[in-house]
Amino acid sequence: MFIGFGLFFMIGADNYELGSAARMGPAYFPTMLGGGLAVIGGVVFFQSFVVSGGKVAAIPLRLLFFITVALLLFGYLLKPIGLVLALALLVSVSAFAGHEFKLREVLLLALALILLSVLVFVKGLGQPFPLWPKFLG
Amino acid sequence: MEMQFLGNLSLGFGVAFQWVNLLYCLIGVLLGTLIGVLPGIGPTATIAMLLPVTFGLSPITAMIMLAGIYYGAQYGGSTTSILVNIPGEAASVVTCLDGYQMARQGRAGPALAASAIGSFFAGCMATVIVAMFAPPLAGMALKFGPSEYFSLMVLGLVAATVLAHGSLLKAIAMVLLGLLLGLVGTDISSGMMRFTLGIYELCDGIGFVGLAMGLFGIAELISNLELKGSREVFTSKIGRLMPSREDFRRMWKTILRGTALGSALGILPGGGPLLASFAAYALEKKISGHGDEFGKGAIEGVAGPESANNAGAQTSFIPLLTLGIPSNVVMALMIGALMIQGIIPGPRVMTEKPDLFWGLIASMWIGNAMLVILNLPLIGIWIRLLTVPYRFLYPAILVFMAIGVYGLSNSPFDVLLMAIFGILGVIFVKLECEPAPLILGYVLGPMMEENLRRALLIAQGDPTVLITRPISAGFLIAAVILLGIVLAPAIRKKREEVFVED
Repeated sequence: MFIGFGLFFMIGADNYELGSAARMGPAYFPTMLGGGLAVIGGVVFFQSFVVSGGKVAAIPLRLLFFITVALLLFGYLLKPIGLVLALALLVSVSAFAGHEFKLREVLLLALALILLSVLVFVKGLGQPFPLWPKFLG
Repeated sequence: MEMQFLGNLSLGFGVAFQWVNLLYCLIGVLLGTLIGVLPGIGPTATIAMLLPVTFGLSPITAMIMLAGIYYGAQYGGSTTSILVNIPGEAASVVTCLDGYQMARQGRAGPALAASAIGSFFAGCMATVIVAMFAPPLAGMALKFGPSEYFSLMVLGLVAATVLAHGSLLKAIAMVLLGLLLGLVGTDISSGMMRFTLGIYELCDGIGFVGLAMGLFGIAELISNLELKGSREVFTSKIGRLMPSREDFRRMWKTILRGTALGSALGILPGGGPLLASFAAYALEKKISGHGDEFGKGAIEGVAGPESANNAGAQTSFIPLLTLGIPSNVVMALMIGALMIQGIIPGPRVMTEKPDLFWGLIASMWIGNAMLVILNLPLIGIWIRLLTVPYRFLYPAILVFMAIGVYGLSNSPFDVLLMAIFGILGVIFVKLECEPAPLILGYVLGPMMEENLRRALLIAQGDPTVLITRPISAGFLIAAVILLGIVLAPAIRKKREEVFVED
């Protein structure tokens, strides 16, 4: 647990130092900030060794994975396969993140959300999304 | 002055009573109440989610709707606190203490009514305060030069870190990180690309909507999914709604005090409804004369914090409308919404767009009236909503976020951005780093850099200009004092106590 804490901050501090290293053009302000951040990152990193007892809850990897994948699938497939199918994907993949997965519920929910989204966003707000896959239209 | 004030108000009501604005005000307060009632989704995430929708609206309509969500959520949050003992929304945490006890004693009705009446009164008073204090403040702000602005923003950011919970160092680190993220994109003065990693889509900077939705929306959603177990809803008997005469007698002073305290704390940079409700509860416990009943169902413990958080929610618009500086995250999102519309928030909004300013204020009045109507008679509907399981809610939230973000530029890039910041947001939560200061920093970053540059340009590179100009020096001294206070051991302990209940 303790090692985990330290590791997390090493990654954190690493990110911070990138800020100060990137000197581009009018870099006065960013360099100042980046420097400050690096110092604080260092202090926090150091503290994590000195002050014991801090425990870091595990990152819910499974949840993060399904939600992220669901979002990315939607984002990159919307144009090729259309809103209806992309939404169906989004809802069903994200449903795997939940505690229980019931196929009927998910299908019903997906159906309801697709209807609602088509009505609100495409018909109501006039967003220019394709509804169906290209090869059908 | 009198006449001008009335003239302004009538202009405002003229705008607010246009049917589009009335409609969106209603939508705003409805949505606000809805998300206030539902635990697990707060005003920040909702406003972030709705930012893309505001594209199609006129600036004033957009602001009216977003503001409605914000103060509507303060109303709705109390319902959940009282009936389920779960705060529907962060600022209602203290309402749980006495509100739920009242509900268990069969006095849920009076508790709900007390919170609605307190909120309504506070909302109305706070609207008057905004209308009265904003113009002179804006007048003063017009005299500010770049060095004053820079120092004021420093003060605002320091205040934000002080009031964030958890480690102060981490909060400062988050602010700095936010400032840096705000600088990504094309440099205003030189036209040079900075930190874009060669990605074309980053030329205009990191998209605000994607950032906010990822850090708040996705991160909140995942944290909620982690919690297992179902909610128990206390719906058995609400009882009669009207508080007794005795209740009224005990309540009115509390409401007045709560309103005053909330209004004052709302204006403070870094303040807002959360702080206001905690402070009001502590105050009432001390001076109401019924301190021993607190925690066992004292009506003051409901009325005080509820009026304070509503007052605070509304007066936190003052720094936004007059100085263009957000006092909390929701206000930072409002700035984002205004900038999307091409309006730079600040003292000039009042003179150049009086319809926007006064229309927004008038709409707060109307919105508050709508809220009383929505909340008391329709309470049954809101309660039933509480029984909807989260496994139906979260895919719906996800769908709205995904479509909204995609619609920004019709490209998958913003969705990717949101997903990345979602992951970051979850990591931040795990590391106990609050994302709120980051968003404030992100919004203020470019403004701070510009003002600092201008100030130094005028002073020919002499950094002492920041401390030789009196107002600027005042802000900086205030910021240093604030930091000093927090670092003092006694207060540090107190601060931890206050936020532990969160």
